[in-house]
Amino acid sequence: MSEQSLLLEIKDLHIEGRADETWQPIVKGVDLTLHRGEVMGLIGESGAGKSTIGLAAMGFTRDGCRISGGSIEFDGINLRKASEAKRRGLRGKRIAYVAQSAAASFNPAHKLIDQYCEAPLSHHVMSREEAEKDAVELYRRMRLPNPEEIGFRYPHQVSGGQLQRAMTAMAMACRPDLIIFDEPTTALDVTTQIEVLAAIRDIVEQFHTAAIYITHDLAVVAQMADRIKVLLKGDEVEEADTRTMLATPKEDYTKSLWAVRSHERKEQPLAGPGETPVVSLRNIDAAYGKAPVLFDVSFDIHARRTVAVVGESGSGKSTAARVITGLLPPSSGEVLFDGQALPTGYQARSKDQLRQAQMIYQMADTALNPMQKIREIIGRPVAFYLGLSGKALEERTRELLNLIELEPDDFIDRLPSELSGGQKQRIGIARALAAEPRFIICDEVTSALDQLVAEGILKLLDRLQSEFDLAYMFITHDLATVRAIADEVVVMKEGKVVEQGRKSEMFQPPHHPYTELLLSSVPEMDPDWLDRLLAERAAAGTEPA
Amino acid sequence: MNTQAVGKALRTAPPTAWFGMIVILAYIAVAFLAPVIAPYGEREVVGQQYLPWSAEHILGTDKLGRDMFTRLIYGARNTVGIAFLTTLLAFLLGSILGLLAATTGGKLDQLLSRAVDVIMAIPALILALLLLTIVGTSITNMILVIALIDSTRVFRLARAVAMNIVVMDYIEAARLRGEGMRHLILREILPNAAAPLVAEFGLRFCFVFLSISALSFLGLGIQPPTADWGSMVRENATLITFGEITPLLPAGAIALLTVGVNFVVDWMLHRASGLKE
Repeated sequence: MSEQSLLLEIKDLHIEGRADETWQPIVKGVDLTLHRGEVMGLIGESGAGKSTIGLAAMGFTRDGCRISGGSIEFDGINLRKASEAKRRGLRGKRIAYVAQSAAASFNPAHKLIDQYCEAPLSHHVMSREEAEKDAVELYRRMRLPNPEEIGFRYPHQVSGGQLQRAMTAMAMACRPDLIIFDEPTTALDVTTQIEVLAAIRDIVEQFHTAAIYITHDLAVVAQMADRIKVLLKGDEVEEADTRTMLATPKEDYTKSLWAVRSHERKEQPLAGPGETPVVSLRNIDAAYGKAPVLFDVSFDIHARRTVAVVGESGSGKSTAARVITGLLPPSSGEVLFDGQALPTGYQARSKDQLRQAQMIYQMADTALNPMQKIREIIGRPVAFYLGLSGKALEERTRELLNLIELEPDDFIDRLPSELSGGQKQRIGIARALAAEPRFIICDEVTSALDQLVAEGILKLLDRLQSEFDLAYMFITHDLATVRAIADEVVVMKEGKVVEQGRKSEMFQPPHHPYTELLLSSVPEMDPDWLDRLLAERAAAGTEPA
Repeated sequence: MNTQAVGKALRTAPPTAWFGMIVILAYIAVAFLAPVIAPYGEREVVGQQYLPWSAEHILGTDKLGRDMFTRLIYGARNTVGIAFLTTLLAFLLGSILGLLAATTGGKLDQLLSRAVDVIMAIPALILALLLLTIVGTSITNMILVIALIDSTRVFRLARAVAMNIVVMDYIEAARLRGEGMRHLILREILPNAAAPLVAEFGLRFCFVFLSISALSFLGLGIQPPTADWGSMVRENATLITFGEITPLLPAGAIALLTVGVNFVVDWMLHRASGLKE
């Protein structure tokens, strides 16, 4: 690539953010060079400064941040010294940005094609007719269905994956020299992710556009990038071309990232036929209003076992959890606890029935009351269910903090806002444990966390399960998590259970076609994986999902 | 909020907020120390009517020969005290019902919300005049009537704020734990709704204060001989035609407090919304 011309050169970039009346460094001296047509992968945990660097490449910082040192040169233009008007002239025209959540980035009040035309028109690159014709062409290249018509829909009328592709098409509108992709597929299901990845890669190649691809998913970056830069807390760890980086990472931190998916628990034997399952769903049908969501769903969860419920968004896996907790009474069928039918609504359940089944939420941010201290968050269920108070309550609370590996003296009087994401999730676990339950629903508990942190949470859940004989229902869309934690797997699609069985059987062929699709869609570290998969699917005659 | 946080907040407060706080403190001090500061009695006739400003009567006398300065000071006690009590009542009623409506939802929410809509559809001052004519004029009645009318505004705010809180996972967790309505509202929702409600308290206080003065001006509020700024303006309004500013002093007192409270509220809202300058 070195023979090609230099497009972006960032030298010794320092960025600071304002917190508590002082400026704290976010990016501490990062260099980045990008040539025309090259794709650079930026990878790191949250807080590594990936997005901040991505935005800085446009000469932009978020509110409350400032560039405090270094230089950013884009095609000979010094972006730090250029006037705001000049920088604005570049954005959208020569540098474009694709955000993580297309759904939040599109204006819901305008049609897709109107939003597409905005940049070319305001930069006077095309007339309205040209821009519309061009939009259709790009929609076609992004392999959107009905490219002639899709632009005339509103953002809510197309699916998440289509929206993300429309967003990429929009970024391409002025044929920019550089596109910054900020986690463009993180919010998507694995099966949808594939098509978006393939479309993005093709279009970047076709127009010879340079790109910065920001993600925390190693397997994704392996498919997309020519070179990878690993970041940690605002510092560069190392940079190398993709194949070298994957094969022989130099730094310990990079190696630890690569090795992260190693946790795998030993599969428990199936429960004996005489053993009563802790929770058992029998022929559950459920609906939101008149729209049916679950159809004849049945599965059992035994003590000391983890049942992973897998499926795309909208497959009904979270709805099944709501039926078990009693938030959504089923229209038919029943939920048994220890062989006894539970009242369908949670209001009708006894305190003890409520105590036995607890829930851990996906977003620890909204699952913990921001105005309560840890002492109250964990202490409340202890006081409420077990009637402890005073010294006994304090002791039990500290014991629970020890169980989740947080130092009680340090944490008991903190507010949730003073914790990291992983620590918050641990508090969520402690709150569930405080009730001394026999069954815990884990709803995507690791999907909002970085891989290293998620790994710690999975290990903790594993340890607690064997210590307290817990039964887990583990809702997830991530098959790597399933591999790590499950004993049994239930695969759901469109409200139905399509396949269920032991984990070892699920990951062995033959699969149900849908399970096969899910399994094959999980990105692998191999940089050739996407090409191979697309070739295989083309050969099999299936459209890329 | 702990003392440290309060200290820090005060240190970083803008000058306008400081001005507002000083004004409010001064008013509170005057209200409490009225008998000490005032040179004469509240209802005492001390001289000729409409005496000009002099050393004896700093701001002259009113149409009955009572000392203006004394009445202005007692007026702070009556008007501010009653306004505070009324606002407090409006808040208790409005926020409890608002939070309850948002938490319970369903029929209760519909019932309360529609009732509030009906009350809000009638212009506040006209409704107050109407109700006061029906129940009769007295300080207690006035407090109750204004509290009822203003509680509808508080209800709407409390309900709207709580609506965004009750959908949070931690509320779902509390419900699934089997918590009662009392715990849900007081321990889980209220702490998170407190900031906008406190800010609204300041704002609402100004409105209540103005309503009381307006009603007094119209003769349906605080009754003579009790000193009150609204009625003081009305009683001495004739002097305005002679180019005197004395009758406008009570109005100025009202304006100053309103501005002061609003400065403080602006600052608190700014902090509550998490905006940085």
